[in-house]
Amino acid sequence: MTGLFKRARGGGAQLTLDPVEASILRNLMVQMLELIGPGPGGDTPEDPLAALFAEGPSKAPADPALARLFPDAYAEGPDAAEHSAEFRRFTENDLRARKREDAFALIRAIDAAEDTRRGDLRLTLDEEGCRRALGALNDLRLTLGTRLGVSEDDEDLYSLPDEDERKPLVMAYLWLGGLQETLIETMM
Amino acid sequence: MSVAPVEIERTESESAPFAVPDPDIPWVTIVHNDPVNLMSYVVYVFQAYFGYPKEKARQLMLDVHHKGRATVSSGTREEMERDVQAMHGYGLWATLQHDK
Repeated sequence: MTGLFKRARGGGAQLTLDPVEASILRNLMVQMLELIGPGPGGDTPEDPLAALFAEGPSKAPADPALARLFPDAYAEGPDAAEHSAEFRRFTENDLRARKREDAFALIRAIDAAEDTRRGDLRLTLDEEGCRRALGALNDLRLTLGTRLGVSEDDEDLYSLPDEDERKPLVMAYLWLGGLQETLIETMM
Repeated sequence: MSVAPVEIERTESESAPFAVPDPDIPWVTIVHNDPVNLMSYVVYVFQAYFGYPKEKARQLMLDVHHKGRATVSSGTREEMERDVQAMHGYGLWATLQHDK
């Protein structure tokens, strides 16, 4: 069966995808990268040092999915807003960089996948690749989950009629959950 | 222990509303429940980042799931900021606050 992770011999994990699945996963990762955006120096920072010392934003992102990826660190107390802003200035750039790197690592693994005799694509991840893919899959599910308005009790969302425009995204969301679950199993 | 005269004690209690937070009270990192993160992933994070044994990681995950939140670590404010940053890196919804 395609679409689920298996433990690889000698450590790491393998994932066999058919070309459509691979292209869906890659496209969703690229869309997430576009959402997260480039670093403080843009795509090609002219001064890497300036980018390194650039302060991050002090306000929570307006986009709900981004706000979920980069939440406030302080929720209680009279100074919570001020402390959250300060925390964000010093951490959000690093956090965005990490999430970008994780997504890029998974995209590179898809691009480096070998063709199987059946015409599928076989991705092989080492232990570091597994950790990055796990982070990227989780970030992607958080993004899609926020877009879909997923809540604890979601019977309706999982039994949508075929003509519902959310259906393809819900299917992708559920599939990504299976991917993530099986990846964790190979890592525990 | 105390040899302070009554006068001074009263002064202290009167100024209490303006007192700075007690530095001996630790800070805590709290992980909040969310509908997207997988239970197995939350257990994985608690084991991988905090080095908690599987049973403790699982119990904390269940606390988050059933009670809506759980205290996952305590220490200085700097340490808790580090833990919260790490939790955000993993995609868990975490905040820090003074312990009560």
